[in-house]
Amino acid sequence: MKRSTIGFSEEQAQLLDIAASFCREKSPVEKVRKLLEDEQGYDPAVWKEMAELGWLGIAVPEEFGGIGLSLAEVVPVAEQMGRHLMAGPFVPTTLAAQAILAGGTEAQKKALLPEICAGAPASLALMEEHGDWDLTHVEAEARREGDVLKLSGKKTFVLDLPSADYLILSLNLGGKPVLAVLGKEEIGKLNARRETVIDETRRSYQIVLDGVSVPASALLDEGKAVQALRHIELVASLLLSAEMCGGAASAIDYTLEYLTTRKQFGKLIGSYQSLKHTVVDAHIAYEQARSHLYSAASNFNQQGEGEAATRMAKSVASEAFSFASDRAIQFHGGFGFTYECDAQLYRRRALWCEYQHGDAVYHRRLLADALLG
Amino acid sequence: MSTISQKELDEFRAEAAAWVKENAPANPGFMLPLTFMEVGTDEQFNFLREWQNKVYEAGYLGAAWPKEYGGHGLDQAFQDIASQELARAQTPIMLNAIGLNWAGPLILDIGTEEQKKRYIKGILSAEDIWCQGFSEPDHGSDLGNAQTKAVRDGDEYVLNGSKIWTTQGNYAKYMILLARTNPDAPNKYAGLSFFLSPMTVPGIETVPIRKLTGEYGFTQTFFTDARIPAESLMGKEGEGWLVAMRTLEYERGARRGQAGGHVMVASDPEAILDLARKATRGGKPAMEDPVVRDKLVQLMIEARSLQLCSSRSRIQPLTQDRPASLALSSKLMSTEFYRRLNEFALSLQGPKAAYYVGEEDAYDEGIWQRAYLNSFSATIGGGTSQIQHNIIGEHVLGLPKG
Repeated sequence: MKRSTIGFSEEQAQLLDIAASFCREKSPVEKVRKLLEDEQGYDPAVWKEMAELGWLGIAVPEEFGGIGLSLAEVVPVAEQMGRHLMAGPFVPTTLAAQAILAGGTEAQKKALLPEICAGAPASLALMEEHGDWDLTHVEAEARREGDVLKLSGKKTFVLDLPSADYLILSLNLGGKPVLAVLGKEEIGKLNARRETVIDETRRSYQIVLDGVSVPASALLDEGKAVQALRHIELVASLLLSAEMCGGAASAIDYTLEYLTTRKQFGKLIGSYQSLKHTVVDAHIAYEQARSHLYSAASNFNQQGEGEAATRMAKSVASEAFSFASDRAIQFHGGFGFTYECDAQLYRRRALWCEYQHGDAVYHRRLLADALLG
Repeated sequence: MSTISQKELDEFRAEAAAWVKENAPANPGFMLPLTFMEVGTDEQFNFLREWQNKVYEAGYLGAAWPKEYGGHGLDQAFQDIASQELARAQTPIMLNAIGLNWAGPLILDIGTEEQKKRYIKGILSAEDIWCQGFSEPDHGSDLGNAQTKAVRDGDEYVLNGSKIWTTQGNYAKYMILLARTNPDAPNKYAGLSFFLSPMTVPGIETVPIRKLTGEYGFTQTFFTDARIPAESLMGKEGEGWLVAMRTLEYERGARRGQAGGHVMVASDPEAILDLARKATRGGKPAMEDPVVRDKLVQLMIEARSLQLCSSRSRIQPLTQDRPASLALSSKLMSTEFYRRLNEFALSLQGPKAAYYVGEEDAYDEGIWQRAYLNSFSATIGGGTSQIQHNIIGEHVLGLPKG
């Protein structure tokens, strides 16, 4: 096997630094908890600042209003957001921009990307009731009638829909997957309802497309749809891995805080080896996940290697965050069973992240096909 | 680093690869040890000693050690390349591991000029074999409690006691020795001193220990009024614990400066894929079983974790949260990984997992069985995995001592 290494750019280092202090300052846990009750679920003022920092266009070329770096530089930002459980449409907006870059026409890129980079939130409607993580499995239908597409079917797990200025929609057109983009006005007309999801920092919606018509000009480049959907799956996996690594680091820090202050039988509970050794295991799993994350980040654009590294990262980060947050609840004892204890925030977040865009087993199955033959 | 061009490095790599291809020894007709802790017969010892000397003479061992003491005086990058090429070709191990990896770097680091001149070349050439006297029969994990006595008497120290798990003790000319010079020190650590002790003086005896595999490789060492020169002391009296801890950092890979080359042939994660293709379960190749495939991928991911963590440990912004973490975790990560890898290799073999070295029908001559049993030497030696958990918990995560 070729020896694997990690590259790390000056820009990644700077963004890691800035994002770490920004997220720490803007997303203290009291604020995270306050936003759980909020219908929109995030702070629009913070979103505006993120747009001003240029974060929505990090991986968008300068000609389309972005900064012209790569997804490797988005990773530290998503990681630090995950570390502070920061809410908001950063990931869906980044994914939507990637979808347009990978699957849009030149005209669509020119029209939409500068707006998104400037802070127009965007989202994606890709998942369906069948629950298949393969995004090219699309059943929601589009029928072409002249210049109009007549839609039917249902989409699930559409994030931050009410905020979205643009929505990327996957559809089955004549037996093939295609992508379309809807604007604010069309989004407003959709029959949508909020889903109740385990991660209360998320705002997730279902939409029913029956009876909806959109102009055929909403279609992205049909010839690039499959490629774009595969790209979206990998970008989503990369960014979720980043959020999970950040979350795992926090869950471990939160547990350590308790283990070094709580006493039982006259001793700090962190001195007991059943707890100490287990939290070391969680820490090591996190360290390994973080190494895979930055390997995936720096190799993302390598043919084949990028996909393998990303699937490894998603699989390892899912297990690391799940383990760290599961033990976080347990090691807080009775307090861990309460809503007040932050361990539940991490555990719920870990479950969300693991089961979006493929769990550990899903990614390992695809890796097996690629690596074992 | 910046003064070396990529071209120079590439050329060096090509030369090293060509040399290895030309000079890698043919199968000697007997089983070679996979690690330096498994040298159990004279024929293995002589073979490996000759091989190490050959690699050293060619310039691919001690490349980054100073020229004046016997090294080749090059940048570390060259040694890293040579080590990679030696490992890539799965050449036999470097024999004198304790000299090359622990005693040598330690002497170069804190030794006197006289010590460097005296010991370094013999370490590299395998002329002088080194062993380590840390663990005692009653003090393994609790190393700080070592009781072997060293009493100053004129120009000598008089040694009494016993050390155990002395790798290559029966071949060694020198020992790095942790012994108690002051039984009345204010705490157990302050009473310890560190010696570069000769092994060839009267009163030092070694008795081979038979391992769980049935083979040899370690001895127990007995000291009975053994007199060693006072100049064998490394550092000052009472500083032995600090020197020993520094030595353990080399051993655990937390500190660099090793001579190079590999002292263990790691089970190759790729080799297990070959095994999975030829081993059958239920009449079909094990490789076709979805559960086996999932497990194999997990192991491949974990094998890559080790490389990636090593790579990330050199990227400061990605280690600043807990700077010592990756270095202090690497021993635990890798030794436990190889133990589980070898154990899984047995599970691929179905009933044949019960065969052992010597059985002609065993897969791969039974090396997986032997490698699994031997893998415990690394999860136990150099501080058990459980002690590693304590170290990481206390020194990296800041948890209180038990």
